[in-house]
Amino acid sequence: MSQFITDLFSNFWVSLAGKLLLAALVVPLVGMVIGFAEMKLSAKMQARVGPYFAGGRWGWAQLIADGVKFFQKEDLIPVEADKPVFKVAPVLVLVSTVALLVVIPFGPDLAFRDLSVGIFFALAISSLSTVGILMAGWSSANKYSLMGGLRAAGQLIAYELPLVLAVVGSVILAGTMSLSGIVEAQIEAGYPYVIVQFIGFGIFLVAALAELTRIPFDMPIAESELVMGYLTEYSGFRFLFFFLAEFANMFSLSAIASTLFLGGYWLPGIPEDTLVYAGPIILLAKTFLLVFVMIWFRWTFPRFREDQLQSIAWKWLIPLALVNIAATAVFKVFL
Amino acid sequence: MVVDQDLVRHLSESSVSVELETEDMTLNIGPQHPSTHGVLRLVARVDGERAFDVQPVIGYMHRGYEKLSEVRTYPQITTLVNRIDWVSGYANEVPFIVAAEKLMEIEVPERAQYIRLILSEMARISSHLIFMASYPLELGAATPLFFALRERERVLDLLEGVTGGRFHPNFNRIGGVKPAYGSGSSTRKVIQDLPAGFLAETRAAMDKVTEAVDEIEALVAGNEIILARTKGVGVLPREVAASYGVSGPNLRASGVRFDLRKVESYLPYDRFDFEIPTGENGDCWDRWHVRLLEIRQSVRIIQQAIDGIPSGPLQAKVPKVIKVPKGETYVRAENPKGEMGYYLVSNGGQGPYRLKIRSASFSNISILPWILEGVLVPDIIAIMGSLDFVLGDVDR
Repeated sequence: MSQFITDLFSNFWVSLAGKLLLAALVVPLVGMVIGFAEMKLSAKMQARVGPYFAGGRWGWAQLIADGVKFFQKEDLIPVEADKPVFKVAPVLVLVSTVALLVVIPFGPDLAFRDLSVGIFFALAISSLSTVGILMAGWSSANKYSLMGGLRAAGQLIAYELPLVLAVVGSVILAGTMSLSGIVEAQIEAGYPYVIVQFIGFGIFLVAALAELTRIPFDMPIAESELVMGYLTEYSGFRFLFFFLAEFANMFSLSAIASTLFLGGYWLPGIPEDTLVYAGPIILLAKTFLLVFVMIWFRWTFPRFREDQLQSIAWKWLIPLALVNIAATAVFKVFL
Repeated sequence: MVVDQDLVRHLSESSVSVELETEDMTLNIGPQHPSTHGVLRLVARVDGERAFDVQPVIGYMHRGYEKLSEVRTYPQITTLVNRIDWVSGYANEVPFIVAAEKLMEIEVPERAQYIRLILSEMARISSHLIFMASYPLELGAATPLFFALRERERVLDLLEGVTGGRFHPNFNRIGGVKPAYGSGSSTRKVIQDLPAGFLAETRAAMDKVTEAVDEIEALVAGNEIILARTKGVGVLPREVAASYGVSGPNLRASGVRFDLRKVESYLPYDRFDFEIPTGENGDCWDRWHVRLLEIRQSVRIIQQAIDGIPSGPLQAKVPKVIKVPKGETYVRAENPKGEMGYYLVSNGGQGPYRLKIRSASFSNISILPWILEGVLVPDIIAIMGSLDFVLGDVDR
């Protein structure tokens, strides 16, 4: 029997299907957990109670109820909209989120696919979601959506660079682009890279917030200016797609940040043979810590203006990231 | 081959002067929009993120109060006027009642005047706290909203305790004030007076409001992003502000030290010691900060008024059927939003012959086309929010 299961999973297609199913399940699960955390934490910060009644206790079922509600809604598409693009946009955003999860190592040999160019793949695929946002903004036939979409495009170009440059420091230190390789290098070095790469870590976090279009960089949505930005015309399950993608993206980018800078599934002082079991828990703990920071920012800061956002990226983050790379290279060669 | 030199020069110049031109987009902000404070509509021509030629379209909220008051009796009109600026409903009643009393030559009892003054200042605090709540929201920060609204609720609870209404107190009578039925001390023989313990509770609430204002200042004023978004944005020079008839905190933020509480005598403000906070640059930040400082001054006034409130009746002797003698008068007051005035023309009947309402927000938003010329779209919202208008006050 066990032989049969081993054989079954060594079949490429079966294991692929299993992995796909798992990755697809992670997105709504993580989206719900983070969404609920955001509701409750924001309530705590604003002297409110937050969801309370759904599910009987502490409103734990609030997001399940919301999800069911979204699926019951009429599927509204504006008459003037570019229909195929309008329909594909949320799918594209969600797919890029799922694809991002693929390369994250949750433990030794515990990744959906350990690519040798893992971090390169992750950064490339994460910018795909902004293309989806631009499509959503363009196809909605709404001026607010259009402005939101264009803001998102400008933001992508400005913040993709610091995001990539911030990662380079860790890659230089580890000597590999594979995410598992970077974690192993940190285990070997004996310290998480944030100790030497704190500038890179800071830049990565700021750029990730911009990439996620969250406050203080949520200009593409900007409720008080653009109504809901590129989301204005979306409702029902298409809106749910964007909603889930945002939270799942938060999770993925936080997981990548903790892999690159915080030692991933490894914690100093934990015996290496227990990492197989403890690894996923450690990574999740680090990830949710970063997610908490993001939620904390969201409910504390106002938003920047579009031109201020650009000047932060081009005048501060990119030069700082370049200096960081040069310093890291010197550090690597001479020490 | 003969080359036409002129033609060559023309062609070379024309090829240089060809520029990429983009079409302007007309953006309709409102009447349904999250940050237009009701149903204001702005028609803006935008080129990318920059807006030109912003025209406000008003009138969606018009309820015809000036005309309606011609067919109402004087006591009925208080219900209309406290719906003009619904954020500080109480403060709207006072100048109208004072105008009618002025024509009837009624001497209002001291205690009633002090109660009017205390409640007017409480209306100012609640209005400014709404601004403290909504302005950061327009800049994207949602959290200060809840802190400010929580404090405002203390003030509204007290207002409700005296008048019976949170927004529409309908509390002033010609010749005095009329607390809600059943209020008043049970140990004294006065049936209708301020509720028992009102003054002590107000004092406690004012201490809480002072704390909350400090908290809001720490939360908002220390934030680099707020400073970056508001400093130097929407600068309103004092000459322009004065020439457009801008009044209230918006005028004072531009550096004009003008406050009707010091100039007019509709309520006994001259007995209290308070300052008029002014700004320096007239930008969004100054408009925010002046309002914050005004809350502190209002707290000061209320504390002094509680200390000095005289005892006595709440109502002067008035005839059963109120008829205002023939004549006309203009009474203006410093409302939370700015100068509010009533031009009352009486024919000797039970209601006014004509009532012209000069509301602060209407004059304040007349500045919008001037101040919004060539600003960025996010700054439209920041500037509009900083002017702190209410659409009921614009359209009447």
